[in-house]
Amino acid sequence: MRVALFITCLADQFFAEAGVAAVRLLRHLGCTVTFPKGQTCCGQPAYNAGYWAEARQMAEYTLKLLEESEYVVLPSGSCTTMLRAFYPELFRERSRLFSRAEALAQRTFELAEFIVKVLGVTQLGRGLEGRRVAYHHGCHALRELGIRQEPLTLLRNAGAEVADWPAAEECCGFGGLFSVKLPEVSLSMADQKLRTLPAVDFLTSADGGCMLHLAGRMQNRGLALPVRPLASVLWEAVG
Amino acid sequence: MRSEANRYPQEAARLLRETPQVRDSVTGATSSFDGKRRQAYAEVEAEVWRRWAEGVKNHTLMSLDRYLLQAEANLKKNGVEVHWAEDAEEARRILAGIARKAGVRRVVKAKTMVAEELGINPMLEGMGIEVLETDLGEYIIQLLNQPPSHIVGPAIHLNLEQIQTLFHERFQTPIDAPPEHLAAVARRLLRDGFLGADMGISGGNFVVAETGTLALMENEGNIRLSTSLPRLHVALVGIEKVLPRWSDLAVFLSLTARAATGQRLGTFVSLIQGPRREDEPEGPEEVHVIFVDNGRTSLLADLEAWETLRCVRCAACLNACPVYRQTGGHPYGYVYSGPIGSVLAPGLLGLEETKPLPYASSLCGACFQACPVRIPIPKLLLTWRRRAVGEGLVSGVEAAAVKGYAWAATRPWAYRLASKLLRLLPEKALESPVLPLLRAWTEGRAGLRPSPRSFQEMWEAKEV
Repeated sequence: MRVALFITCLADQFFAEAGVAAVRLLRHLGCTVTFPKGQTCCGQPAYNAGYWAEARQMAEYTLKLLEESEYVVLPSGSCTTMLRAFYPELFRERSRLFSRAEALAQRTFELAEFIVKVLGVTQLGRGLEGRRVAYHHGCHALRELGIRQEPLTLLRNAGAEVADWPAAEECCGFGGLFSVKLPEVSLSMADQKLRTLPAVDFLTSADGGCMLHLAGRMQNRGLALPVRPLASVLWEAVG
Repeated sequence: MRSEANRYPQEAARLLRETPQVRDSVTGATSSFDGKRRQAYAEVEAEVWRRWAEGVKNHTLMSLDRYLLQAEANLKKNGVEVHWAEDAEEARRILAGIARKAGVRRVVKAKTMVAEELGINPMLEGMGIEVLETDLGEYIIQLLNQPPSHIVGPAIHLNLEQIQTLFHERFQTPIDAPPEHLAAVARRLLRDGFLGADMGISGGNFVVAETGTLALMENEGNIRLSTSLPRLHVALVGIEKVLPRWSDLAVFLSLTARAATGQRLGTFVSLIQGPRREDEPEGPEEVHVIFVDNGRTSLLADLEAWETLRCVRCAACLNACPVYRQTGGHPYGYVYSGPIGSVLAPGLLGLEETKPLPYASSLCGACFQACPVRIPIPKLLLTWRRRAVGEGLVSGVEAAAVKGYAWAATRPWAYRLASKLLRLLPEKALESPVLPLLRAWTEGRAGLRPSPRSFQEMWEAKEV
């Protein structure tokens, strides 16, 4: 199976190790991984802030870049949502681009989702034996795409105990530009989410923005809890 | 009512700084409502109910003119006087006329948000009429001279201690009086109000076109009393509140109760079929329904935003919203707050007066999942944001930054250059508030630290 990795700008710049882990993991599962040249940002910040002309430029650029791929896999829930749900929305009135966006949407997956749903793999290894983890669900993957069980299944089947966290499905307050447009509200949301965080070895998530926000907040408040990208944790799961 | 919505960012920040206990009160109450709502949805095939309700509302809105005329005819047949108000000013004028003609001195109000929207209380008080709010929460905020902070629970931002203090100061109750005791005191005071009032003012949850029925749901019994004891009853009803059939009501009453409070049905449901008839011992001599437009028709004509009008004012979206939860409703600066307020306010008042509200959301989508009539609130928020950009209502710095970002993101060499520069910055630069765009980030969060090398560099160096 040929898989094009779309690294996403945040992972490229801030979680490069997650990209490396994703590639190793996919190869380990028998995929041929390509990395289409010239990748930048999917355009989500512009889309969410209402700059649809700019978002369209970026979407069209990325669409072209990924045209030839059999599958597109992203180590990010919200960027997957951008490609899958919002690109078609952006091109609703431009039929050619709309159908290209729809076609891309059909073959685009978040990493854990791809492993479970497309590859049909639910058991990566036992590499997480004895680890107690908290999983933060990114809102877009959870509520727009309905990805809930896939990451949890992979973590649990690798031996991890996923801690019961009442706020696991609650927004962390990142929200893209929201985090800097309304910083006080954004931080208050992070604090509220973290208030119920149980004792764990580390926090993991498929969303880079949420992780930067939560890790930054925890560090600022003197809470020393490692925050690790899901891709890295899943590679470790292989053992 | 004019809105203070343009001050949302400052007011939200100020509230979090100065009265952080509001967050705990609001979070406690909304989490409890939201949990009950989930349970009540789980008891039924909520998805089917929601889709059905969405369909009924859509159908009604598509033929609103027809159903409103049918409702008017059947209300009249039942002896109800029907009035039409195009805007808030006309609604106030009609109500003032009714009150003047009947020589009204004292008014009791059942909880109604549309009355807040129309600025009814100041108008009546200006006429020298005494106004008493009879919903316990509304009564409390009336004593404090505050606007409601939640559509269903207007005093949700207050904690027990604050209410104990208020009652202690006003009514000399013990400072640690339990809630039941406070409610009993309020009940006694309100009973006198009901008995002495000439006019009761209510809103309306639904008006059934086919039967001319005004339906009201509540838990305290104050609506029942406000609409049946005084000799006049005036209902202010938004034109979008009409339902075609009697049978629609059965589902909407239950669905709305489930969404609002997790109940299967409100404790009291009043179905008002006109004034007291000759063979009836009780009830008002006159019942008036004032149908209120106040911006709704233009919102209905808005092809991208009309779905907002499906709203039944259950506040399920407020209860589910983590942004609303931090501050309650006051910073939104408008009678309708939270997610629905953030799309209703620009729809009714225009974007210029409400421009921060569409941004008062992280777009997490919890509101849409809670909404009993499936209003696509995140999508509507995006629509208003897109319009704000289109109409130049955003900051020039932000617009320039996004344009620059898009420019770089469609040129691989520029993206690479930016990626290199990010790593050439002195380590401290990303941790200190030197760069203006980073200031809002670093105040409260540790600085950003990029990976030593980008993934792309590692791939190209064949290290992956």
